[in-house]
Amino acid sequence: MNRQNVGVIVVFLILGVLVAARAFVGDGMGRVYTRLDPVEMVRIDRPVLDATLVETETETQTQTTESVWVRSDSDQARDFATASSQTVAWNRSEPVTPAEAFAAFESGETAGIRLDWPRTIGLWVAAFFTLAIFSFLYKDNPFYKVAESVVVGVSAAYWMVVGFWDMIVPNLLGNLAPGFVQATFLPGLDAASPQWAYLIPATFGVLLLTRLLPKGQWLSLWTLAFIVGTTAALRMVAYIEGDFLSQINATVQPVYQVVTDADGGVDGYATFWASLRQLTLLIGVLACLTYFFFSVEHKGAVGGVARLGIWFLMITFGAAFGFTVMGRIALLAARFEFLFDDWLWLIDPTNQRVVASAVGLLG
Amino acid sequence: MSFLQRIENADRRWVFLLMGLAVAVPIIYIGLTGKTLPEKATPLAESAFEVLDDLPSGSRILLAWDFDPASEGELGPMATSFIRQCSQKGHRMYFIALWPVGAQMIRSTTTKVIGGYYPDLEYGRDWVDLGFKAGNEAVIKTIATDFRQMFPADARGTSVSAIPMMEGIASLADFDAIVNVSAGYPGSKEWVLYAATPLKKPLVVGCTGVQAPLMYPYVPNQVRGLLGAIKGAAEYESVVNGWVREDSIRKTLVAGGMAESEAASTATTLARDPDDAGAWSETAAAASLTPESKAAVIALAAAPTPGIFLEAQRRMGPQLVAHLLMIGLIVMGNLVFFASRRRGGGR
Repeated sequence: MNRQNVGVIVVFLILGVLVAARAFVGDGMGRVYTRLDPVEMVRIDRPVLDATLVETETETQTQTTESVWVRSDSDQARDFATASSQTVAWNRSEPVTPAEAFAAFESGETAGIRLDWPRTIGLWVAAFFTLAIFSFLYKDNPFYKVAESVVVGVSAAYWMVVGFWDMIVPNLLGNLAPGFVQATFLPGLDAASPQWAYLIPATFGVLLLTRLLPKGQWLSLWTLAFIVGTTAALRMVAYIEGDFLSQINATVQPVYQVVTDADGGVDGYATFWASLRQLTLLIGVLACLTYFFFSVEHKGAVGGVARLGIWFLMITFGAAFGFTVMGRIALLAARFEFLFDDWLWLIDPTNQRVVASAVGLLG
Repeated sequence: MSFLQRIENADRRWVFLLMGLAVAVPIIYIGLTGKTLPEKATPLAESAFEVLDDLPSGSRILLAWDFDPASEGELGPMATSFIRQCSQKGHRMYFIALWPVGAQMIRSTTTKVIGGYYPDLEYGRDWVDLGFKAGNEAVIKTIATDFRQMFPADARGTSVSAIPMMEGIASLADFDAIVNVSAGYPGSKEWVLYAATPLKKPLVVGCTGVQAPLMYPYVPNQVRGLLGAIKGAAEYESVVNGWVREDSIRKTLVAGGMAESEAASTATTLARDPDDAGAWSETAAAASLTPESKAAVIALAAAPTPGIFLEAQRRMGPQLVAHLLMIGLIVMGNLVFFASRRRGGGR
């Protein structure tokens, strides 16, 4: 074992001891509490205020009642539920702050508040993966590899599941077989007549999957051609209108920008800065365009303007870099806040716990 | 080995460690003391606020949450502040997402803000979660003419025809403003190109630092308000926090029987300087209020802003220290470079 590996093991041991010590100081750390809230729904047949004509296969009749699910403790349930009404019940898990949980445990009136083991384990797993990703800053290692693979795998699975339930079920199946979708997946969906035009996107979707087959992959090209063609057409129109023409319109403005104050008079100070801004914008656009204009050799006056264009570009890249740094630091700060607040309970900016326990650590 | 050579050959992991400390120490300090840096809003943040503030209460606002947990640290604070302003103002909020995980972001931010601070807002009448739709810019292009084709049901599976606040919504044209919080593609640029420009709709954008320079050219004609990265979020947060305090005090004063104009000016004064509340409570205007109203006004003026609405301002502390460190490292790197070149060691 070389010196570097020994150093890493020592650092990990020290961190482990510190975390273990933190777990037994004050109120501990890294726990999630929830309240079990029982929910019971009942299906009632309530009268319809505006009776409507409903067409069935055999006759047209007036609908006088409608069947809806309401909470069993609601006024409507008391009025219209019968002994034979269909009911469903489940427990909803509502997060509560540790401060609420501590107070409830102390008073003995827990009212369904409990330590939520699955969420607590989830919190610790999140902390572990955060540290595993950070460990790459030292050097590549198996913990980082595991964390990276899990992120990729979970993201792909999540995208697929969300895409299926938010798009394929309500938008495709909901139009092709609305009655089946309403009865099986989405009770709240309107059960209108099937829209057979949706067979076209369904067919295109199936064709795209032929890329996975050993033979007949060329069938997916029809779908790809459709996607490329429509995207190009959509973007061309939007870019000409939104990027090209609108940007020309925004640039070609009078250099002298008059700014009026509340009394209707000219605000000299604001007018000066607005005019300077417009002038800078105009010079910057022309200088950058000159830099990218290669039909004329960049010598003499043209070369000078092109060099000015380079300065404008450099300032733009510098601003972009500055913004990027700011963004990355914000993300790092958010992860540290998660570790210090949610996991280690060292700080309490949102008053989730008893603040004195964290401050007391310093004393 | 000389000092110069040590610096030249320093392991880059020392920079990582310094950056980690530069971010971690301010977080702990701010977390323990609760002190944040003062923020002065720039015109861009003020414009973002004014777009929503100028609309009458009950306006229809489409809020597109096109971001994921990876950018939540940067965009989450502006998302919560947008919801807070809309909720306080009484706008009707329609949430959608073009990113699959955006649906989760909608649930997270609405639970925190509406569930925690505006529980009186009713789902389906004051706000609705329409969830995620795949299709990127094609979704925007479609709902520009036919909203229900893309959103036949909300995220809970309820048909939009059974949701009261969806009445009268046929296309994007029926919304009074669009708010987009974006971490990339599809996001703010697509909302500019396919919604704000052709429909001439007021669009407010909150975006990551990487995107911000690309969005500036659209201000002010195509984007009315722009919040760039955590700095934009902190500025907007401070404006919204001040306004919410002022609006809450004004409403309490009006409910207590004070005239609207007097209540507005008093609320402005008390929100700006809560220490004046004690002196104000002795004035004749305060005497005309009931003791309960007076106590409520004093409590509102002195009440600390909830921690979730200070997220961006808290993160400006680490920003300051980390940026100072970066500037210091850049300066030191250049000094070492020129010094080693003078000694003949440079390339």
